Amino acid sequence: MSTPKLLAQTLPSLRLATRRTAPSIARHVVRCYTAASAAPRPAPPAWSSQPPIRRSLWSAAFQSRPFSVSTAVSHGHIQPPKPGEELYVTFIDKEGVEHKLAVSKGDNLLDIAQAHDLEMEGACGGSCACSTCHVIVMDQEYYDRMPEPDDDENDMLDLAFGLQETSRLGCQVVMTPELNGLRVKLPAMTRNLQSSDFK
Amino acid sequence: MFPVRCLRARPRACWQRVLNGLNASPGPSVSRSVSTAHSSSPGGRPLRLAVIGSGPAGFYTAYRAMSKIQDVKVDMYEALPVPFGLVRFGVAPDHPEVKNCQEKFEEVASSPNFTFIGNVSIGTKSDHPDGATVPLASILRHYNAVVFSYGAAKDRHLGIPGESTLKGVYSAREFVGWYNGLPEHADLAPDLTQGDEAVIIGQGNVALDVARMLLEDVNVLRKSDIAEHAIETLSKSKVKRVHIVGRRGPMQAAFTIKEVRELMRLPSVAFHPIDTSLVPPDLKSLPRAPRRLMEILLQGSPTRPDDSPPPTKSWSLDFLLKPTQFLPSATSPTRLAATEFARTTLSSPFDPNAYALPSDSSTGDSSSSNTTVVLPAPLAFRSIGYRSEPLPEFAALGVPFDDRWGVISNDGRGGRVRHEERGADAAMRVGAFPGLYCAGWVKRGPTGVIASTMEDAFATADAIAEDWAGGAGHARFLNGGGAVAGWEGVRRESVGGGVDTARVVDWEGWRRIDAAERERGRAVGKEREKFTRTADMLAVLG
Ligand SMILES: Cc1cc2nc3c(=O)[nH]c(=O)nc-3n(C[C@H](O)[C@H](O)[C@H](O)COP(=O)(O)OP(=O)(O)OC[C@H]3O[C@@H](n4cnc5c(N)ncnc54)[C@H](O)[C@@H]3O)c2cc1C
Ligand SMILES: NC(=O)c1ccc[n+]([C@@H]2O[C@H](COP(=O)([O-])OP(=O)(O)OC[C@H]3O[C@@H](n4cnc5c(N)ncnc54)[C@H](OP(=O)(O)O)[C@@H]3O)[C@@H](O)[C@H]2O)c1
Ligand code: FES
Repeated sequence: MSTPKLLAQTLPSLRLATRRTAPSIARHVVRCYTAASAAPRPAPPAWSSQPPIRRSLWSAAFQSRPFSVSTAVSHGHIQPPKPGEELYVTFIDKEGVEHKLAVSKGDNLLDIAQAHDLEMEGACGGSCACSTCHVIVMDQEYYDRMPEPDDDENDMLDLAFGLQETSRLGCQVVMTPELNGLRVKLPAMTRNLQSSDFK
Repeated sequence: MFPVRCLRARPRACWQRVLNGLNASPGPSVSRSVSTAHSSSPGGRPLRLAVIGSGPAGFYTAYRAMSKIQDVKVDMYEALPVPFGLVRFGVAPDHPEVKNCQEKFEEVASSPNFTFIGNVSIGTKSDHPDGATVPLASILRHYNAVVFSYGAAKDRHLGIPGESTLKGVYSAREFVGWYNGLPEHADLAPDLTQGDEAVIIGQGNVALDVARMLLEDVNVLRKSDIAEHAIETLSKSKVKRVHIVGRRGPMQAAFTIKEVRELMRLPSVAFHPIDTSLVPPDLKSLPRAPRRLMEILLQGSPTRPDDSPPPTKSWSLDFLLKPTQFLPSATSPTRLAATEFARTTLSSPFDPNAYALPSDSSTGDSSSSNTTVVLPAPLAFRSIGYRSEPLPEFAALGVPFDDRWGVISNDGRGGRVRHEERGADAAMRVGAFPGLYCAGWVKRGPTGVIASTMEDAFATADAIAEDWAGGAGHARFLNGGGAVAGWEGVRRESVGGGVDTARVVDWEGWRRIDAAERERGRAVGKEREKFTRTADMLAVLG
């Protein structure tokens, strides 16, 4: 288990990726001058000495609990919610397991999922350029409460696997009090291979 | 999905003869007990996995394998001194956000169970003088499993007159490599000064990348990690009008909406309206993705071709034209003057799977102006797709390669390399080649974005994990799934075989090259100034 843990512990450095600002040119300029893109790899953040709350991907695959509630400790862009200010979001993972999470206002679904070791890649680091953070909003009512996706998000969604009416890009959905109680599904990109496929 | 039968009973395969011939010692005895959890391994040994190619397919396979298989040790071989494949040498310099996936790859590489072996080409002679080459047979002797993720480093060809003889006809792949600083094409020196028109053949996203490089303001590119030689050449470019030519219609086009929108948004660059008869009249009845694409094509660019003052540059999507020949200039017969196309019609205009038929084939007069279109332009790019090739040793080892699709023959989903052998009873047996897998463009063909390559790599890693944990255990792996030495074994053998392993670039070496490139970039206000010669990359390492 050493490897996955190690990977998991280093994951938050991904969050240093450039955030989406404006169309590509502006984005590009931003990236050119941010410390994140120019500086050498930063020292491990302070939280790394705390006991990691992250389960490794490997153990996540074998966990048997059908349901869990947890709160993220501070790392990456995610701050633990202040008592009394928790917003709740539930992710339904590819195995159908529900993860109900207490989060803060302003967190986006990609950061939340990654802070809780859910299987969401975010290959472009939240820049609206890859569609690997695709989620499906379970209730139309919640979908309607979100600000509409812009052209850039819709363009990426057009390429997403298993697109549905209520699909969104996790990196573009920011938690607000109106979204308290949101439930989203991680699309099962493909069915899992069975050994019977090879008999 | 193909059936797998009789893996144990099959006669000695060619690859076994090769292995045995080169390595007399029999594999270690094999434990029969196979446990069920992903984490365990036959006999408690770690899986030694060689990954060939360090593009997204290689890294995402490694990443997933490391999170699914306990104690797997991954050695990644890369022909170039630098990692990341097309993320570094394909993805356009003005798409830095796409390259953010490198941060994940860096995390994978920081694992103690991961070793990067750069500047070592497997099976095929390194294409640069400073690189080492290791035979594939040597890899097969020292690992339990091998993932081929070496991408597609060649071109598809049109096979029409003038394609490889006329000056002014370029391969989009080489042009892309050139502006991205790929050492192999650093000397391409495309001439963009012969006239103001350019033709791009093919309507995929690579064609749109090439068009954007020709149309975009050089000052925007200047700040990216584009190669310096490309900035120099592009700033002297005379190209003002770009035709992106496809043999089918907009409903069949290979490009995607994000890339079209990006071109539409270029300031002072106009899009020439498309022929609206090619767009279905009732857009509302279309599924979401084609509907949105048709809408943006109909809407066009905010800058119009007839604006005054006139736009500085313009482009068009020219549909239903199939290239037939590149025509030489009358005054200078080694130079391109124009490209000739035959008009096509579609088997069904609005069907995304429609095919192109010769237009007006009934007259049989191919020279008639009704059926032929000539686009005068001294510059043409062939952008009809990349192509993978088999490694030279595949034939001898019996690794099947499908030349038609340019992929290693595999089971489709899990990337298990197919194995065919005639049994003693003369019946053909089809199975999986023990321990051999593929991922990415060499598995699926040269299409798909990083997200799809990732998905596909995950499926391959899942197949490896499943085989390693599965009932057949060791029998599905090289060297009986037993103890092997990995890179150490390969290195020992290579030194004996005269390979200069001093040239090997490890991850720390790459980090130093990376830092040197960023430093060079800082000096000129760019994110990075790539080394475009392998010798210069290696010089950083002393
Ligand atoms: C011009 C271009 C632009 C693109 N832009 C985008 C984009 O903006 N967004 C997006 O999502 N996708 C983009 N893509 C697609 C994306 O790059 C591919 O999906 C992806 O790179 C394929 O990954 P791969 O690992 O299969 O191949 P590659 O990335 O080609 O990696 C193969 C690696 O193997 C190495 N190799 C080859 N032979 C050997 C050998 N014998 N021994 C050892 N190593 C070897 C190569 O040097 C290379 O590093 C683009 C593709 C192209 C061509
Ligand atoms: N920004 C991005 O996301 C980005 C950028 C670059 C590349 N990529 C990806 O990388 C992959 C490769 O891109 P690509 O552009 O090389 O390939 P592609 O998408 O497969 O496009 C190939 C184009 O060439 C045409 N073509 C093929 N053979 C031809 C022939 N004999 N004569 C005339 N035209 C021919 C095809 O037309 P037909 O359709 O008629 O066959 C098609 O228009 C794609 O999946 C692409 O999306 C992504
Ligand atoms: S992380 Fe890439 S689009 Fe959201």
